[in-house]
Amino acid sequence: MSDSTGKIVSLKNGDSLPLETLPLLSYGEFGDRLLETCSNLGRVSAYFAYPAGDDELDLLAVLARDWQGDLVLLRTRIGNTYPSLTPRCPQLGLFEREIAEEFGAVPTGHPWFKPLRFHRVQPGRLDAWGRDPLRHPVPGEMPFYQVEGEEIHEVAVGPVHAGIIEPGHFRFQCHGEKVLHLEISRGYQHRGIEQLLTGGPHGATIHQLEAAAGDTTIGHASAYCQALESLSGVPASPRGAALRAIALELERLANHVGDLGALAGDIGYLPTASFCGRIRGDYLNLTAEICGSRFGRGLVRPGGVAFDVDPLLAAAMLQRLAAMEKDTRGAIELFFDSPSVLARIEGTGIVTPEVAEELGMVGMAARASGLTIDSRLHHPLGNREGSFAPVVIEEDGDVCARAKIRRREIYDSLEMVRKGLRNLPPGPIRCALPALAPRSLTVSLVEGWRGEVVHVALTDGRGALSRYKVVDPSFRNWGGLAMALRGEQISDFPLCNKSFNLSYCGFDL
Amino acid sequence: MLKVICERLRQGHRTAKYPRQDPVLPERFRGLPRLEPGGCPQDCRECLSSCPYGALQVDGGRLRLDMGRCIFCGDCSAACPHEALTFSRDHRLASRTREGLLTDGDVFALAGPLDRRMKKLFGRSLKLRQVSAGGCNACEADLNVLGTLTYDLGRFGIQFVASPRHADGILVTGPVAENMKGALLETYAAIPEPKLVIASGACAIGGGPYRDSPEVNNGLGDLLPVDLYIPGCPPHPYTVLDGLLRMLGRL
Ligand code: SF4
Ligand code: SF4
Repeated sequence: MSDSTGKIVSLKNGDSLPLETLPLLSYGEFGDRLLETCSNLGRVSAYFAYPAGDDELDLLAVLARDWQGDLVLLRTRIGNTYPSLTPRCPQLGLFEREIAEEFGAVPTGHPWFKPLRFHRVQPGRLDAWGRDPLRHPVPGEMPFYQVEGEEIHEVAVGPVHAGIIEPGHFRFQCHGEKVLHLEISRGYQHRGIEQLLTGGPHGATIHQLEAAAGDTTIGHASAYCQALESLSGVPASPRGAALRAIALELERLANHVGDLGALAGDIGYLPTASFCGRIRGDYLNLTAEICGSRFGRGLVRPGGVAFDVDPLLAAAMLQRLAAMEKDTRGAIELFFDSPSVLARIEGTGIVTPEVAEELGMVGMAARASGLTIDSRLHHPLGNREGSFAPVVIEEDGDVCARAKIRRREIYDSLEMVRKGLRNLPPGPIRCALPALAPRSLTVSLVEGWRGEVVHVALTDGRGALSRYKVVDPSFRNWGGLAMALRGEQISDFPLCNKSFNLSYCGFDL
Repeated sequence: MLKVICERLRQGHRTAKYPRQDPVLPERFRGLPRLEPGGCPQDCRECLSSCPYGALQVDGGRLRLDMGRCIFCGDCSAACPHEALTFSRDHRLASRTREGLLTDGDVFALAGPLDRRMKKLFGRSLKLRQVSAGGCNACEADLNVLGTLTYDLGRFGIQFVASPRHADGILVTGPVAENMKGALLETYAAIPEPKLVIASGACAIGGGPYRDSPEVNNGLGDLLPVDLYIPGCPPHPYTVLDGLLRMLGRL
């Protein structure tokens, strides 16, 4: 679809179009349209580069217009430097740093221009920070923000943390107990996934995307399969799609329940902590009943799913679900009934709606700050239109709001899983897919439990993947955690951190 | 308080009876592979080409599966037209040696115990420092689960600790991302001798799904001397527990 001037191209989630239909805008016009769309309730879903020649790069912006239910695509071409748009549109900040790190293109005037993941620049290009392009960068080697003054001190934590948790490096600028600023340096989990996908799909591709963020296996695998289905013009079988939707909600249940337990643990409220720790496992085990893996590995496959749920299994799952729901409600309501818990989480770690919007936050963290963003509602795919209950919003933006969002989503997801199991459409669980369309592009959004998972796939003349961009919700939300901590006590960090529970590997890919 | 007590009574005591009782794993769980040596017709290579990780090889006419490279995706089993390759529900997969993870369909040698001196040191109390080195967080999540009521790792005298200085060994997950190599080696160096090294998950053993990415190290390899390998992607918590207890000579 394009407007009368032929300059704005938009598509729906899960649609694809030939690459040649994307107009090439001048950088000036590209910037104007991007800013205009964002000031009109649009937001940046993905922004990335791909080579357009030896010295040139094409930039592609995918802007979600949630209330119109579509995605605007803007394309422009740049050389080695281009004026940064971040000062006028902060959501672009990390994306521009990412593009610079991958391809060496410098956004002049970027307010916080530093490496993001600490990997080498693509072969044949210059490092944006003038480092030796052949040497692997050292993670964390960059100028950190510093606050100067009497009694100001810095607390540095990580990359190896105290618990069983992924690595990252945190720098707190403190005045006594009070945190003035927190800077988070990541990249330790970088596995180079996007590079591995180029030229594919390979045999390993689906496995690599299933493990892009292990706790979002269904989310990422679904986004990937949706992209392939779109590029080959054959949607997933209705039964396959319905089973994916069930698995997606089970994934949400396991993670939300686990997070409430972890939150309770950090507050020292042990009943909920120990109940939820166990109940999370019950949800994982339910997923394992479908596909043998607690994390849903091997379930979602191009064209549908690899395992069926027959009436016998569906009945057994419904029965288990009923018992689990009782346990879940019991454990969660204790938490919210306890005044000492509420005293600890109310008003702690606030992210205002303005900040959330400016940062381009997505998912449950954004909804806890009052933003209505949920791809299940705005960008439903094909036959899933209307199958989603009203979006869950809280407005306080504090730890409590993020906990309450989880509670409400847990109860909604339970209902959705139940409905899904009762109304499985007949037919095959999986369709065979023909080859991918050459020289095409598709955008695939899935509302994972943490938020919107975005995959953008481009194919070359042979129909192989020439560029595959993955944006995990964590990429958009880590900044929110840093902002939540401003002005808080350093001892509130664990609480704030758990309330977001962001993915390190999802960010570092 | 009353509500808490009521809920506690209602939810009851749920610690598993393991190891007195074997765990019951889901019907479709993919555990120990079973290879039927007689099942493969000459020249059938269907399963070999279906594995993206080269985990299957034919050696002297016999099919062999390397559980260190396997991510238990089941693609090979689905591709085999002769039912010569299936996955059992047996969760016991750990081995003390890298070669021990190669299986060709006969009985799989379960992990043996540490030598007497080490067993005496660690057999009744083992403190581990965990390092995630590029893991996708599924391995890490299922290790965390060992601390929950169901598994209750503490009752076996095993504990994950915060500081390497308090640890008897290191348990590594992830393919050892280039960016984590330094921190991993430093953490290892900070653990007092004698110390144990455990590679948990396909990533830590051989790079897992990311094998051969230029940004990862294909697992621990020669970086550290490994005392216990725990296959799986991720390993089931019972697989980890079984491996640890066998290494300590407690099973
Ligand atoms: S189950 Fe293991 S051996 Fe079989 S295809 Fe998957 S990775 Fe290869
Ligand atoms: S072995 Fe599998 S589950 Fe474990 S970290 Fe690697 S990819 Fe994730």
